[in-house]
Amino acid sequence: MTRTERAAATATWIIAGLAVVFLVTPLVVTLAVSFGSTAVFTLPPPEWSLRWYAKLSRTSGLLPSVLTSLQIAALSTAIALVLGALCAIALVRGRFAGREAIATFLVSPLMLPGLVIGIAMLQAFREMGLRGAWLSLLVAHVVIALPYVVRTVVGALQLFDFALIDAARTLGCSYLDAVRKVMVPALAPAFLTSGMFAFLASMDNYPISIFFTDAWTKTLPIQMLQYVEESPDPTIAAISSGLILLAVIALLIGDRLVGLKRLADF
Amino acid sequence: MSAVPARRAPFDRVSLLALPALGYLTLVYALPIIWLLLRSVTGPHGFTLQPLASFLSDPFNWRVIGNTLKIAGLVTLVCLVIGYPTAFALAWSRGWAQVVLLSAIILPLSVGVVVKAFAWQIVLRRDGVVSSALTTLGLAEEPVRLLFTETGLVLGAANVFLPFMILPIYSVVKLIDARLLEAGATLGAGPLYRFHRITLPLTMPGVVTGIAFVFSLSVSMFVIPSLLIGDRYQTLATLTGRSFLLMRNEQLGSTTATVLLVLAVSVVVAAALVARRVGRSG
Repeated sequence: MTRTERAAATATWIIAGLAVVFLVTPLVVTLAVSFGSTAVFTLPPPEWSLRWYAKLSRTSGLLPSVLTSLQIAALSTAIALVLGALCAIALVRGRFAGREAIATFLVSPLMLPGLVIGIAMLQAFREMGLRGAWLSLLVAHVVIALPYVVRTVVGALQLFDFALIDAARTLGCSYLDAVRKVMVPALAPAFLTSGMFAFLASMDNYPISIFFTDAWTKTLPIQMLQYVEESPDPTIAAISSGLILLAVIALLIGDRLVGLKRLADF
Repeated sequence: MSAVPARRAPFDRVSLLALPALGYLTLVYALPIIWLLLRSVTGPHGFTLQPLASFLSDPFNWRVIGNTLKIAGLVTLVCLVIGYPTAFALAWSRGWAQVVLLSAIILPLSVGVVVKAFAWQIVLRRDGVVSSALTTLGLAEEPVRLLFTETGLVLGAANVFLPFMILPIYSVVKLIDARLLEAGATLGAGPLYRFHRITLPLTMPGVVTGIAFVFSLSVSMFVIPSLLIGDRYQTLATLTGRSFLLMRNEQLGSTTATVLLVLAVSVVVAAALVARRVGRSG
């Protein structure tokens, strides 16, 4: 290694180290504030306490919105897993024109401005006569969840060797048995991981959900932003810490199922 | 008209499995967006560009478009400067360093934007972490408030979108064949020349994808500016949101939404074309 290369490598590692600090800053700050004792956001807090977690249960509107978010996220993920997995099979196994274009179309909700999708849906749903906030949220969130499922399951199916199913049948399995015993276990990790990230995407969505909430049905991010704008205090940090914990759990499970490196595939 | 079907590919029953998802997305996502676009160029007497023209004739709106592009450009630049070296470090790293880097990049992706924007509100306050770090290091004479400034907004947005720059670049860096660089060195090329002629061209497709991601995400962000810069500073996305949610002015909102959509889509499409070209010549 020449001196130039060594200098470049050192600079690279220093920037990467700073990037790690930069990336985790908001998460660490949120956790620190949530365990503080004062309502002003001094860091580190003068004393540690759990008062903001205790206040969570007394904050009106927060728990119903958590429930709404969980219901919408669970149902929309389930629907997206079924629609997405079927579609992924067709994209990988089917022989029809324009498969690449269709794959791009299915992932495109990730790339378009959420606000614009929300507005377009709002106007269209009104025209179709779909008015209930809860049902509108569900229908919209399937669109949010679907790209995650399609992207990951297509990737996993492309790596799956379909000759294994023929091999299992040669060895005496029925077709359904072969699918159940060979294909399902091989694809389950990708399937579960994509479902998990679809679930988180639905839980966190703001720009589409904002158009479908009413006074009674609010998802968690909507309720949180409203709370931040009205009365910012560390209660929001406490609920945020809960969401960070959820993300950590998802990351740990994802690591066990497919490995961290596969999660970073783009 | 020819009797031969346009699609020659043999049709099989597996293909039918794509229909439910395709039908669903067409009905509740593609058609509504096409309809939004159509409505923005349709008046009481058919086709019209009048709403768009009156939007573009207002200097205030040009300032809004200018703000949007300026912030998105700065955020993309910050992400590129931090993200490019970090992608290399991620590709070189092994063991615990790799785990730390990967977790620091993937974990924030799974945490919602409201959480992160709220955290940046705390960080950027006059008594926040950044201000005290600057005064301790002697870079600032007195506490600075970065909240509700352009700098604060760029910092917060770059933090949220940084993974979308690192991961595409990482995906091409890890494919670079180390023997190419060795061959270059054997043939007498210096490190700078090798970077310029080998590494940089090979990473260009990832860089272009990263830029497209971060730029289009920053053009469309809504929650981050709402919390970090406030109502006095408008971008296309915040103006769109406000005209629907606060001013109840759907005409204005549809026009800004269309401009925003065209802007974001052209960035993604342009990047795809550029990436294909640099991918081929590289």
